[in-house]
Amino acid sequence: MISYFQHNQSQIMSWLGWHARLSAIPLVFGLIISLPLGWFARRYRWAYPPVVSIAGLLYTIPSLALFIVLPGLLKTKILDPNNVIVALTIYTVALLVRVVADGLAEVPDDVQQAATAMGYRSFGRLIKVELPIAVPVIGAGLRVAAVSNVSLVSVSALIGVPELGKLFTNGFQLAYQTPILIGIILSVLLALAFDVVIQIITRALTPWRRAVQPA
Amino acid sequence: MIRFDAVSKHYPDGTVAVDTLDLEAPSGQITVLVGPSGCGKTTSLRMINRMIEPTSGTVWLDGKDTGSLKDFELRRQIGYVIQHAGLFPHRTIVDNIATVPYLLGWDKKKARARAAELLERVGLPQHFAKRYPAQLSGGQQQRVGVARALAADPPVMLMDEPFSAVDPVVREQLQDEFLRLQGELGKTIVFVTHDIDEAIKLGDQVAVMRVGGHLAQLATPAVLLTEPVDAFVAGFVGRDRGYRALQFETVKRLPTRDEQSIALGTAFQGTDNADGWLLVVDDQRAPQGWLRTSEVSPGAVVVDELLHRGGTLATEGGSLRSALDACLSSPSGRGVVVDDAGALLGSTTAVEVLALIEGRDPRAARLSVQGSSA
Repeated sequence: MISYFQHNQSQIMSWLGWHARLSAIPLVFGLIISLPLGWFARRYRWAYPPVVSIAGLLYTIPSLALFIVLPGLLKTKILDPNNVIVALTIYTVALLVRVVADGLAEVPDDVQQAATAMGYRSFGRLIKVELPIAVPVIGAGLRVAAVSNVSLVSVSALIGVPELGKLFTNGFQLAYQTPILIGIILSVLLALAFDVVIQIITRALTPWRRAVQPA
Repeated sequence: MIRFDAVSKHYPDGTVAVDTLDLEAPSGQITVLVGPSGCGKTTSLRMINRMIEPTSGTVWLDGKDTGSLKDFELRRQIGYVIQHAGLFPHRTIVDNIATVPYLLGWDKKKARARAAELLERVGLPQHFAKRYPAQLSGGQQQRVGVARALAADPPVMLMDEPFSAVDPVVREQLQDEFLRLQGELGKTIVFVTHDIDEAIKLGDQVAVMRVGGHLAQLATPAVLLTEPVDAFVAGFVGRDRGYRALQFETVKRLPTRDEQSIALGTAFQGTDNADGWLLVVDDQRAPQGWLRTSEVSPGAVVVDELLHRGGTLATEGGSLRSALDACLSSPSGRGVVVDDAGALLGSTTAVEVLALIEGRDPRAARLSVQGSSA
Protein backbone atom coordinates (compact mmCIF):
# COMPACT_ATOMS: atom_id res chain seq x y z
CA MET A 1 0.00 0.00 0.00
CA ILE A 2 2.79 2.36 0.95
CA SER A 3 4.65 1.60 -2.26
CA TYR A 4 1.45 2.19 -4.29
CA PHE A 5 1.04 5.53 -2.52
CA GLN A 6 4.68 6.49 -3.12
CA HIS A 7 4.46 5.44 -6.71
CA ASN A 8 1.35 7.56 -7.38
CA GLN A 9 2.02 10.24 -4.82
CA SER A 10 1.78 13.32 -7.00
CA GLN A 11 -1.42 12.08 -8.66
CA ILE A 12 -3.03 11.20 -5.32
CA MET A 13 -2.02 14.48 -3.72
CA SER A 14 -3.48 16.38 -6.65
CA TRP A 15 -6.76 14.45 -6.23
CA LEU A 16 -6.68 15.19 -2.50
CA GLY A 17 -6.24 18.89 -3.26
CA TRP A 18 -9.18 18.85 -5.65
CA HIS A 19 -11.25 16.92 -3.18
CA ALA A 20 -10.56 19.47 -0.46
CA ARG A 21 -11.41 22.41 -2.72
CA LEU A 22 -14.55 20.79 -4.11
CA SER A 23 -15.78 20.15 -0.56
CA ALA A 24 -14.77 23.48 0.98
CA ILE A 25 -15.95 25.97 -1.64
CA PRO A 26 -19.58 24.73 -1.58
CA LEU A 27 -19.46 24.91 2.20
CA VAL A 28 -18.69 28.63 2.03
CA PHE A 29 -21.23 29.35 -0.72
CA GLY A 30 -23.83 27.21 1.00
CA LEU A 31 -23.38 29.13 4.26
CA ILE A 32 -23.65 32.47 2.47
CA ILE A 33 -26.91 31.41 0.82
CA SER A 34 -28.32 29.77 3.94
CA LEU A 35 -27.88 32.81 6.18
CA PRO A 36 -30.56 34.97 4.52
CA LEU A 37 -32.85 31.98 3.93
CA GLY A 38 -32.54 30.85 7.53
CA TRP A 39 -33.05 34.40 8.76
CA PHE A 40 -36.18 34.67 6.63
CA ALA A 41 -37.56 31.40 7.95
CA ARG A 42 -36.91 32.58 11.49
CA ARG A 43 -38.19 36.11 10.99
CA TYR A 44 -41.58 35.16 9.57
CA ARG A 45 -43.30 32.40 11.43
CA TRP A 46 -45.37 31.35 8.39
CA ALA A 47 -42.22 30.95 6.29
CA TYR A 48 -40.46 28.45 8.53
CA PRO A 49 -42.31 25.24 7.54
CA PRO A 50 -42.16 25.72 3.73
CA VAL A 51 -38.62 27.12 3.59
CA VAL A 52 -37.16 24.50 5.88
CA SER A 53 -38.96 21.55 4.28
CA ILE A 54 -38.24 22.60 0.71
CA ALA A 55 -34.58 23.14 1.59
CA GLY A 56 -34.52 19.77 3.31
CA LEU A 57 -36.06 18.05 0.31
CA LEU A 58 -33.14 19.21 -1.86
CA TYR A 59 -30.97 16.76 0.03
CA THR A 60 -33.00 13.85 -1.32
CA ILE A 61 -32.04 14.56 -4.95
CA PRO A 62 -29.60 11.77 -5.91
CA SER A 63 -26.17 13.33 -6.30
CA LEU A 64 -25.28 11.37 -9.44
CA ALA A 65 -28.46 12.64 -11.12
CA LEU A 66 -27.59 16.19 -10.18
CA PHE A 67 -24.03 15.87 -11.56
CA ILE A 68 -25.51 14.73 -14.87
CA VAL A 69 -28.40 17.21 -15.10
CA LEU A 70 -26.53 20.35 -14.05
CA PRO A 71 -24.29 20.75 -17.15
CA GLY A 72 -27.46 21.02 -19.24
CA LEU A 73 -28.97 23.60 -16.91
CA LEU A 74 -25.78 25.61 -16.39
CA LYS A 75 -24.51 25.26 -19.98
CA THR A 76 -21.25 23.88 -18.62
CA LYS A 77 -19.15 20.97 -19.82
CA ILE A 78 -19.83 17.69 -18.05
CA LEU A 79 -16.28 17.58 -16.64
CA ASP A 80 -16.41 21.17 -15.39
CA PRO A 81 -15.73 21.10 -11.60
CA ASN A 82 -18.22 23.95 -11.26
CA ASN A 83 -20.99 21.38 -11.67
CA VAL A 84 -19.76 19.68 -8.51
CA ILE A 85 -19.50 22.99 -6.69
CA VAL A 86 -23.06 23.96 -7.60
CA ALA A 87 -24.43 20.54 -6.69
CA LEU A 88 -22.70 20.44 -3.34
CA THR A 89 -23.74 24.01 -2.60
CA ILE A 90 -27.33 22.84 -3.01
CA TYR A 91 -26.75 20.02 -0.50
CA THR A 92 -25.04 22.37 1.90
CA VAL A 93 -28.00 24.76 1.71
CA ALA A 94 -30.30 21.80 2.30
CA LEU A 95 -28.47 21.05 5.53
CA LEU A 96 -27.82 24.59 6.74
CA VAL A 97 -31.10 26.49 6.26
CA ARG A 98 -32.74 24.70 9.17
CA VAL A 99 -29.58 25.03 11.23
CA VAL A 100 -29.38 28.80 10.70
CA ALA A 101 -33.09 29.25 11.46
CA ASP A 102 -32.84 27.15 14.61
CA GLY A 103 -29.60 28.81 15.63
CA LEU A 104 -31.22 32.24 15.43
CA ALA A 105 -34.19 30.89 17.38
CA GLU A 106 -31.76 30.03 20.19
CA VAL A 107 -31.25 33.72 20.91
CA PRO A 108 -33.17 34.28 24.16
CA ASP A 109 -36.25 36.48 23.95
CA ASP A 110 -35.05 38.93 26.55
CA VAL A 111 -31.76 39.38 24.70
CA GLN A 112 -33.65 40.14 21.47
CA GLN A 113 -35.89 42.60 23.26
CA ALA A 114 -32.99 44.27 24.99
CA ALA A 115 -31.20 44.67 21.65
CA THR A 116 -34.27 46.27 20.10
CA ALA A 117 -34.82 48.51 23.11
CA MET A 118 -31.19 49.69 23.01
CA GLY A 119 -31.87 50.99 19.52
CA TYR A 120 -30.48 48.32 17.19
CA ARG A 121 -32.11 48.25 13.79
CA SER A 122 -32.95 44.80 12.54
CA PHE A 123 -29.84 44.29 10.37
CA GLY A 124 -27.48 45.54 13.06
CA ARG A 125 -29.19 43.33 15.59
CA LEU A 126 -28.74 40.31 13.30
CA ILE A 127 -25.03 40.96 12.69
CA LYS A 128 -24.00 42.17 16.12
CA VAL A 129 -26.23 40.17 18.43
CA GLU A 130 -28.16 37.30 16.88
CA LEU A 131 -25.56 35.71 14.58
CA PRO A 132 -22.76 35.76 17.16
CA ILE A 133 -25.04 33.98 19.62
CA ALA A 134 -26.05 31.46 16.92
CA VAL A 135 -22.42 30.61 16.06
CA PRO A 136 -22.23 27.40 18.13
CA VAL A 137 -25.35 25.95 16.47
CA ILE A 138 -24.30 27.03 12.98
CA GLY A 139 -20.80 25.63 13.60
CA ALA A 140 -22.25 22.27 14.55
CA GLY A 141 -24.32 22.27 11.34
CA LEU A 142 -21.26 23.17 9.28
CA ARG A 143 -19.42 20.16 10.68
CA VAL A 144 -22.18 17.86 9.47
CA ALA A 145 -22.27 19.58 6.07
CA ALA A 146 -18.48 19.34 5.72
CA VAL A 147 -18.43 15.60 6.33
CA SER A 148 -21.39 15.16 3.99
CA ASN A 149 -19.58 17.14 1.26
CA VAL A 150 -16.37 15.12 1.58
CA SER A 151 -18.33 11.94 1.10
CA LEU A 152 -20.52 13.27 -1.74
CA VAL A 153 -17.62 14.68 -3.76
CA SER A 154 -16.30 11.19 -4.42
CA VAL A 155 -19.46 10.30 -6.36
CA SER A 156 -18.43 12.79 -9.05
CA ALA A 157 -15.57 10.46 -9.99
CA LEU A 158 -18.21 8.47 -11.86
CA ILE A 159 -18.51 11.32 -14.34
CA GLY A 160 -14.75 11.78 -14.44
CA VAL A 161 -14.10 14.68 -12.10
CA PRO A 162 -10.59 14.33 -10.66
CA GLU A 163 -10.69 13.81 -6.88
CA LEU A 164 -10.19 10.98 -4.39
CA GLY A 165 -13.18 9.11 -5.84
CA LYS A 166 -10.87 8.31 -8.72
CA LEU A 167 -9.09 5.90 -6.39
CA PHE A 168 -12.37 4.03 -5.96
CA THR A 169 -13.18 3.83 -9.68
CA ASN A 170 -9.59 2.85 -10.51
CA GLY A 171 -9.50 0.21 -7.80
CA PHE A 172 -12.84 -1.14 -8.99
CA GLN A 173 -11.74 -1.30 -12.61
CA LEU A 174 -8.45 -3.01 -11.71
CA ALA A 175 -10.10 -5.23 -9.06
CA TYR A 176 -7.35 -3.97 -6.77
CA GLN A 177 -8.14 -3.03 -3.18
CA THR A 178 -5.13 -0.88 -2.30
CA PRO A 179 -6.24 2.36 -4.03
CA ILE A 180 -9.71 1.91 -2.54
CA LEU A 181 -8.25 1.62 0.93
CA ILE A 182 -6.04 4.67 0.39
CA GLY A 183 -9.08 6.61 -0.87
CA ILE A 184 -11.09 5.72 2.22
CA ILE A 185 -8.27 6.65 4.60
CA LEU A 186 -7.61 9.97 2.89
CA SER A 187 -11.34 10.81 2.80
CA VAL A 188 -11.67 10.14 6.50
CA LEU A 189 -8.56 12.21 7.26
CA LEU A 190 -9.85 15.04 5.10
CA ALA A 191 -13.23 14.97 6.85
CA LEU A 192 -11.47 15.01 10.21
CA ALA A 193 -9.34 17.96 9.12
CA PHE A 194 -12.45 19.94 8.14
CA ASP A 195 -14.04 19.04 11.42
CA VAL A 196 -11.06 20.25 13.41
CA VAL A 197 -10.76 23.49 11.45
CA ILE A 198 -14.46 24.30 11.92
CA GLN A 199 -14.24 23.54 15.62
CA ILE A 200 -11.22 25.80 16.00
CA ILE A 201 -12.99 28.65 14.21
CA THR A 202 -16.13 28.14 16.29
CA ARG A 203 -14.12 28.23 19.49
CA ALA A 204 -12.25 31.33 18.40
CA LEU A 205 -15.56 33.09 17.73
CA THR A 206 -17.13 32.10 21.03
CA PRO A 207 -14.76 32.88 23.91
CA TRP A 208 -17.85 33.63 26.02
CA ARG A 209 -18.94 30.00 26.00
CA ARG A 210 -15.83 28.94 27.85
CA ALA A 211 -16.21 31.64 30.48
CA VAL A 212 -17.03 29.96 33.75
CA GLN A 213 -18.03 31.26 37.14
CA PRO A 214 -14.83 31.99 39.05
CA ALA A 215 -14.70 30.17 42.36
CA MET B 1 -42.04 64.52 31.09
CA ILE B 2 -43.88 61.62 29.51
CA ARG B 3 -47.56 62.08 28.75
CA PHE B 4 -50.06 59.48 27.56
CA ASP B 5 -52.84 61.17 25.69
CA ALA B 6 -55.87 58.87 25.20
CA VAL B 7 -53.57 55.98 24.29
CA SER B 8 -55.16 52.64 23.41
CA LYS B 9 -53.79 49.33 22.25
CA HIS B 10 -56.19 46.88 20.62
CA TYR B 11 -55.14 43.60 19.07
CA PRO B 12 -56.71 42.12 15.93
CA ASP B 13 -58.33 39.34 17.97
CA GLY B 14 -60.29 41.96 19.89
CA THR B 15 -58.18 42.00 23.04
CA VAL B 16 -57.94 45.45 24.56
CA ALA B 17 -54.57 45.70 26.27
CA VAL B 18 -54.75 49.39 27.10
CA ASP B 19 -57.92 51.48 26.97
CA THR B 20 -57.72 55.27 26.44
CA LEU B 21 -54.98 55.80 28.98
CA ASP B 22 -54.27 59.34 30.14
CA LEU B 23 -51.23 59.56 32.37
CA GLU B 24 -48.36 61.91 33.13
CA ALA B 25 -44.96 60.82 34.34
CA PRO B 26 -43.33 64.01 35.65
CA SER B 27 -39.67 64.77 34.93
CA GLY B 28 -37.16 63.67 37.53
CA GLN B 29 -39.64 61.41 39.31
CA ILE B 30 -40.40 57.71 39.55
CA THR B 31 -43.82 56.76 38.26
CA VAL B 32 -44.70 53.15 39.04
CA LEU B 33 -47.26 51.24 36.99
CA VAL B 34 -48.64 48.43 39.10
CA GLY B 35 -51.46 45.96 38.67
CA PRO B 36 -52.34 42.30 38.19
CA SER B 37 -51.20 40.46 35.06
CA GLY B 38 -53.20 41.47 32.02
CA CYS B 39 -53.69 45.04 33.23
CA GLY B 40 -51.63 46.46 30.37
CA LYS B 41 -48.79 47.88 32.46
CA THR B 42 -45.99 46.39 30.37
CA THR B 43 -47.83 47.22 27.14
CA SER B 44 -48.12 50.83 28.31
CA LEU B 45 -44.41 50.93 29.13
CA ARG B 46 -43.46 49.56 25.74
CA MET B 47 -45.58 52.08 23.92
CA ILE B 48 -43.27 54.78 25.29
CA ASN B 49 -40.26 53.52 23.30
CA ARG B 50 -42.49 52.08 20.59
CA MET B 51 -41.55 48.46 21.12
CA ILE B 52 -45.34 48.33 20.80
CA GLU B 53 -47.13 50.84 18.59
CA PRO B 54 -50.33 52.36 20.01
CA THR B 55 -53.53 51.70 18.06
CA SER B 56 -54.67 55.24 18.81
CA GLY B 57 -53.64 58.19 20.92
CA THR B 58 -50.27 59.83 21.37
CA VAL B 59 -47.37 59.35 23.73
CA TRP B 60 -45.51 62.61 24.22
CA LEU B 61 -41.92 62.77 25.37
CA ASP B 62 -40.86 66.25 26.50
CA GLY B 63 -43.41 67.82 24.19
CA LYS B 64 -42.50 65.69 21.18
CA ASP B 65 -44.85 63.16 19.62
CA THR B 66 -42.89 59.91 19.91
CA GLY B 67 -44.64 58.65 16.77
CA SER B 68 -42.90 61.36 14.76
CA LEU B 69 -39.40 60.11 15.63
CA LYS B 70 -37.56 57.20 14.06
CA ASP B 71 -38.12 54.28 16.43
CA PHE B 72 -34.43 53.35 16.78
CA GLU B 73 -33.45 56.96 17.43
CA LEU B 74 -36.16 57.31 20.04
CA ARG B 75 -34.93 54.13 21.77
CA ARG B 76 -31.33 55.31 21.95
CA GLN B 77 -32.49 58.24 24.10
CA ILE B 78 -34.39 56.00 26.50
CA GLY B 79 -32.75 53.64 28.97
CA TYR B 80 -34.41 50.26 29.26
CA VAL B 81 -34.04 47.61 31.94
CA ILE B 82 -35.86 44.28 31.83
CA GLN B 83 -36.60 41.46 34.20
CA HIS B 84 -33.76 39.05 33.47
CA ALA B 85 -31.38 41.87 32.54
CA GLY B 86 -31.22 40.54 28.96
CA LEU B 87 -27.47 41.04 28.79
CA PHE B 88 -25.73 40.03 25.58
CA PRO B 89 -24.08 36.71 26.52
CA HIS B 90 -21.35 37.03 23.88
CA ARG B 91 -20.07 40.40 25.06
CA THR B 92 -17.98 41.27 28.07
CA ILE B 93 -19.57 43.33 30.83
CA VAL B 94 -17.80 46.52 29.73
CA ASP B 95 -19.00 46.09 26.14
CA ASN B 96 -22.51 45.27 27.32
CA ILE B 97 -22.63 48.53 29.24
CA ALA B 98 -21.19 50.46 26.29
CA THR B 99 -23.87 49.19 23.87
CA VAL B 100 -25.75 52.45 23.35
CA PRO B 101 -22.63 54.65 23.23
CA TYR B 102 -21.30 52.35 20.48
CA LEU B 103 -24.60 52.68 18.63
CA LEU B 104 -24.40 56.45 18.96
CA GLY B 105 -20.95 56.33 17.36
CA TRP B 106 -18.81 57.25 20.37
CA ASP B 107 -15.21 56.17 19.98
CA LYS B 108 -14.32 52.96 21.69
CA LYS B 109 -12.06 54.48 24.32
CA LYS B 110 -14.59 57.04 25.46
CA ALA B 111 -17.39 54.45 25.51
CA ARG B 112 -15.33 52.05 27.61
CA ALA B 113 -14.23 54.76 30.01
CA ARG B 114 -17.88 55.67 30.49
CA ALA B 115 -18.75 51.99 31.01
CA ALA B 116 -16.03 51.63 33.65
CA GLU B 117 -17.39 54.68 35.45
CA LEU B 118 -20.90 53.19 35.46
CA LEU B 119 -19.62 49.85 36.72
CA GLU B 120 -18.49 51.67 39.82
CA ARG B 121 -21.71 53.67 40.02
CA VAL B 122 -23.80 50.52 40.29
CA GLY B 123 -21.45 49.09 42.90
CA LEU B 124 -19.49 46.49 40.92
CA PRO B 125 -15.70 46.08 41.07
CA GLN B 126 -13.63 47.09 38.04
CA HIS B 127 -12.27 43.58 37.46
CA PHE B 128 -15.79 42.53 36.38
CA ALA B 129 -15.29 44.57 33.19
CA LYS B 130 -13.64 41.71 31.29
CA ARG B 131 -16.05 39.02 32.47
CA TYR B 132 -18.98 37.61 30.55
CA PRO B 133 -22.57 37.79 31.84
CA ALA B 134 -22.64 34.04 32.58
CA GLN B 135 -19.93 34.64 35.19
CA LEU B 136 -22.14 36.98 37.22
CA SER B 137 -24.95 36.25 39.67
CA GLY B 138 -28.51 37.31 38.86
CA GLY B 139 -28.28 40.36 41.09
CA GLN B 140 -24.95 41.41 39.58
CA GLN B 141 -26.35 40.97 36.07
CA GLN B 142 -29.25 43.19 36.98
CA ARG B 143 -26.84 45.89 38.16
CA VAL B 144 -25.08 45.64 34.81
CA GLY B 145 -28.50 45.95 33.15
CA VAL B 146 -29.06 49.21 35.01
CA ALA B 147 -25.57 50.44 34.09
CA ARG B 148 -26.20 49.61 30.44
CA ALA B 149 -29.45 51.58 30.49
CA LEU B 150 -27.63 54.57 31.98
CA ALA B 151 -24.64 54.47 29.64
CA ALA B 152 -25.58 57.27 27.27
CA ASP B 153 -27.08 59.31 30.14
CA PRO B 154 -30.64 59.21 28.80
CA PRO B 155 -33.09 61.56 30.53
CA VAL B 156 -35.72 58.81 30.59
CA MET B 157 -35.55 55.25 31.93
CA LEU B 158 -38.07 52.48 31.45
CA MET B 159 -37.86 49.59 33.87
CA ASP B 160 -39.90 46.44 33.37
CA GLU B 161 -39.96 44.41 36.59
CA PRO B 162 -36.20 44.80 36.90
CA PHE B 163 -35.88 43.35 40.39
CA SER B 164 -38.50 40.61 40.43
CA ALA B 165 -36.27 37.72 39.34
CA VAL B 166 -33.78 37.99 42.20
CA ASP B 167 -34.13 36.71 45.75
CA PRO B 168 -35.77 38.96 48.36
CA VAL B 169 -32.57 40.00 50.14
CA VAL B 170 -30.84 41.00 46.91
CA ARG B 171 -34.03 42.67 45.70
CA GLU B 172 -34.12 44.91 48.74
CA GLN B 173 -30.46 45.86 48.25
CA LEU B 174 -31.07 46.65 44.59
CA GLN B 175 -34.13 48.73 45.45
CA ASP B 176 -32.22 50.73 48.05
CA GLU B 177 -29.33 51.37 45.69
CA PHE B 178 -31.72 52.24 42.92
CA LEU B 179 -33.27 54.91 45.14
CA ARG B 180 -29.83 56.21 46.11
CA LEU B 181 -28.81 56.35 42.44
CA GLN B 182 -32.03 58.11 41.49
CA GLY B 183 -31.35 60.60 44.28
CA GLU B 184 -28.11 61.48 42.49
CA LEU B 185 -29.35 61.30 38.90
CA GLY B 186 -32.96 62.51 38.99
CA LYS B 187 -34.07 60.62 35.89
CA THR B 188 -37.62 60.50 34.62
CA ILE B 189 -38.48 56.89 35.35
CA VAL B 190 -41.43 54.71 34.50
CA PHE B 191 -41.24 51.50 36.47
CA VAL B 192 -43.47 48.46 36.00
CA THR B 193 -44.05 45.94 38.78
CA HIS B 194 -46.76 43.57 39.97
CA ASP B 195 -45.54 43.97 43.54
CA ILE B 196 -47.50 46.64 45.40
CA ASP B 197 -44.89 46.81 48.18
CA GLU B 198 -42.20 47.60 45.63
CA ALA B 199 -44.48 50.21 44.05
CA ILE B 200 -45.05 51.91 47.39
CA LYS B 201 -41.39 51.79 48.31
CA LEU B 202 -40.05 53.17 45.03
CA GLY B 203 -42.78 55.35 43.55
CA ASP B 204 -43.04 59.10 43.80
CA GLN B 205 -46.42 58.39 42.30
CA VAL B 206 -48.11 55.07 41.70
CA ALA B 207 -50.56 54.25 38.92
CA VAL B 208 -52.71 51.25 39.82
CA MET B 209 -54.06 49.60 36.68
CA ARG B 210 -56.83 47.05 36.38
CA VAL B 211 -57.38 44.30 33.82
CA GLY B 212 -58.39 45.71 30.44
CA GLY B 213 -55.86 48.51 30.56
CA HIS B 214 -57.76 50.97 32.74
CA LEU B 215 -56.10 53.36 35.12
CA ALA B 216 -57.79 52.78 38.47
CA GLN B 217 -55.93 55.35 40.56
CA LEU B 218 -52.93 57.61 40.24
CA ALA B 219 -51.65 58.90 43.57
CA THR B 220 -48.70 59.18 45.89
CA PRO B 221 -48.04 56.01 47.89
CA ALA B 222 -49.35 57.62 51.09
CA VAL B 223 -52.65 58.61 49.51
CA LEU B 224 -52.97 55.19 47.89
CA LEU B 225 -52.68 53.53 51.30
CA THR B 226 -55.00 55.89 53.15
CA GLU B 227 -57.55 56.74 50.47
CA PRO B 228 -57.94 54.00 47.86
CA VAL B 229 -60.64 55.14 45.44
CA ASP B 230 -62.52 51.88 45.17
CA ALA B 231 -62.72 48.27 46.31
CA PHE B 232 -60.34 47.07 43.59
CA VAL B 233 -57.56 49.44 44.62
CA ALA B 234 -58.23 48.78 48.32
CA GLY B 235 -57.98 45.04 47.69
CA PHE B 236 -54.87 45.39 45.59
CA VAL B 237 -53.11 47.66 48.03
CA GLY B 238 -53.75 44.86 50.47
CA ARG B 239 -53.65 44.04 54.17
CA ASP B 240 -51.68 45.94 56.78
CA ARG B 241 -52.16 49.14 54.85
CA GLY B 242 -52.99 51.06 58.04
CA TYR B 243 -49.67 49.99 59.50
CA ARG B 244 -47.79 50.46 56.22
CA ALA B 245 -49.19 53.96 55.79
CA LEU B 246 -47.32 54.92 58.97
CA GLN B 247 -44.10 54.78 56.98
CA PHE B 248 -45.07 58.02 55.31
CA GLU B 249 -45.77 59.81 58.56
CA THR B 250 -42.81 61.38 60.24
CA VAL B 251 -42.43 63.47 63.34
CA LYS B 252 -39.71 66.02 63.91
CA ARG B 253 -38.71 64.48 67.20
CA LEU B 254 -39.68 61.18 68.76
CA PRO B 255 -40.28 61.30 72.49
CA THR B 256 -37.05 59.75 73.77
CA ARG B 257 -35.72 59.21 77.27
CA ASP B 258 -32.15 58.46 78.21
CA GLU B 259 -31.20 54.82 78.01
CA GLN B 260 -28.41 53.44 80.12
CA SER B 261 -25.91 51.51 78.06
CA ILE B 262 -22.71 49.50 78.33
CA ALA B 263 -19.92 49.17 75.80
CA LEU B 264 -19.15 45.82 74.24
CA GLY B 265 -15.96 44.30 75.66
CA THR B 266 -16.17 46.06 79.03
CA ALA B 267 -17.00 44.48 82.39
CA PHE B 268 -20.62 44.36 83.58
CA GLN B 269 -21.00 46.33 86.81
CA GLY B 270 -24.73 46.06 87.42
CA THR B 271 -27.55 48.35 86.34
CA ASP B 272 -30.38 50.43 87.69
CA ASN B 273 -32.77 49.00 85.09
CA ALA B 274 -35.52 47.25 87.00
CA ASP B 275 -36.63 45.10 84.06
CA GLY B 276 -33.30 43.30 83.77
CA TRP B 277 -32.39 44.47 80.29
CA LEU B 278 -29.34 46.60 79.53
CA LEU B 279 -28.52 48.05 76.12
CA VAL B 280 -25.10 47.23 74.64
CA VAL B 281 -23.34 49.62 72.26
CA ASP B 282 -20.03 49.49 70.38
CA ASP B 283 -17.22 52.03 70.67
CA GLN B 284 -19.04 54.29 68.17
CA ARG B 285 -22.10 54.18 70.47
CA ALA B 286 -24.02 52.25 67.83
CA PRO B 287 -26.53 49.89 69.52
CA GLN B 288 -25.62 46.20 69.17
CA GLY B 289 -28.24 44.37 71.22
CA TRP B 290 -29.56 43.79 74.71
CA LEU B 291 -27.99 42.11 77.69
CA ARG B 292 -30.21 40.12 80.07
CA THR B 293 -28.63 40.99 83.40
CA SER B 294 -29.70 37.71 85.00
CA GLU B 295 -27.45 35.92 82.52
CA VAL B 296 -24.23 37.68 83.56
CA SER B 297 -22.45 37.88 86.86
CA PRO B 298 -21.00 41.23 87.95
CA GLY B 299 -17.47 41.74 86.66
CA ALA B 300 -17.95 39.51 83.60
CA VAL B 301 -16.92 40.95 80.25
CA VAL B 302 -19.79 41.67 77.86
CA VAL B 303 -19.14 39.60 74.73
CA ASP B 304 -21.00 39.15 71.48
CA GLU B 305 -22.47 35.77 72.44
CA LEU B 306 -24.42 37.30 75.35
CA LEU B 307 -26.37 39.71 73.14
CA HIS B 308 -30.07 39.40 72.41
CA ARG B 309 -30.50 40.92 69.01
CA GLY B 310 -33.68 41.39 66.98
CA GLY B 311 -34.55 44.94 67.86
CA THR B 312 -34.81 47.25 64.84
CA LEU B 313 -33.67 50.83 65.18
CA ALA B 314 -35.68 54.01 64.80
CA THR B 315 -34.11 57.26 63.66
CA GLU B 316 -35.00 60.47 65.37
CA GLY B 317 -36.70 62.08 62.40
CA GLY B 318 -37.80 58.77 60.87
CA SER B 319 -41.26 57.37 60.19
CA LEU B 320 -43.79 56.34 62.80
CA ARG B 321 -43.70 52.87 61.28
CA SER B 322 -40.02 52.40 62.04
CA ALA B 323 -40.50 53.88 65.53
CA LEU B 324 -43.36 51.50 66.32
CA ASP B 325 -41.46 48.59 64.82
CA ALA B 326 -38.40 49.37 66.95
CA CYS B 327 -40.57 49.12 70.07
CA LEU B 328 -42.40 45.97 69.03
CA SER B 329 -39.22 44.15 68.00
CA SER B 330 -37.13 45.10 71.00
CA PRO B 331 -36.51 42.32 73.57
CA SER B 332 -36.91 44.89 76.37
CA GLY B 333 -39.97 46.51 74.81
CA ARG B 334 -38.06 49.79 74.62
CA GLY B 335 -37.48 50.98 71.07
CA VAL B 336 -33.96 52.22 70.47
CA VAL B 337 -33.65 55.62 68.78
CA VAL B 338 -30.45 56.62 66.99
CA ASP B 339 -29.23 59.74 65.21
CA ASP B 340 -28.46 59.89 61.48
CA ALA B 341 -24.94 58.58 62.10
CA GLY B 342 -26.36 55.54 63.92
CA ALA B 343 -25.30 56.55 67.44
CA LEU B 344 -27.59 55.99 70.44
CA LEU B 345 -29.90 58.85 71.38
CA GLY B 346 -32.25 57.11 73.78
CA SER B 347 -35.34 54.95 73.78
CA THR B 348 -39.08 55.21 73.38
CA THR B 349 -42.01 52.88 73.99
CA ALA B 350 -44.91 51.58 71.93
CA VAL B 351 -47.37 53.40 74.22
CA GLU B 352 -45.68 56.71 73.51
CA VAL B 353 -45.57 56.10 69.76
CA LEU B 354 -49.24 55.04 69.76
CA ALA B 355 -50.14 58.20 71.66
CA LEU B 356 -48.37 60.11 68.95
CA ILE B 357 -50.34 58.22 66.29
CA GLU B 358 -53.65 58.70 68.07
CA GLY B 359 -52.98 62.31 68.85
CA ARG B 360 -52.11 63.31 65.32
CA ASP B 361 -54.46 65.41 63.34
CA PRO B 362 -55.17 63.05 60.43
CA ARG B 363 -55.95 65.85 58.01
CA ALA B 364 -52.82 67.79 58.86
CA ALA B 365 -50.71 64.67 58.66
CA ARG B 366 -52.04 63.80 55.24
CA LEU B 367 -51.46 67.30 53.92
CA SER B 368 -47.89 67.26 55.16
CA VAL B 369 -47.34 63.92 53.41
CA GLN B 370 -48.61 65.26 50.12
CA GLY B 371 -46.47 68.33 50.55
CA SER B 372 -43.32 66.38 51.25
CA SER B 373 -43.67 64.01 48.32
CA ALA B 374 -44.43 66.64 45.67
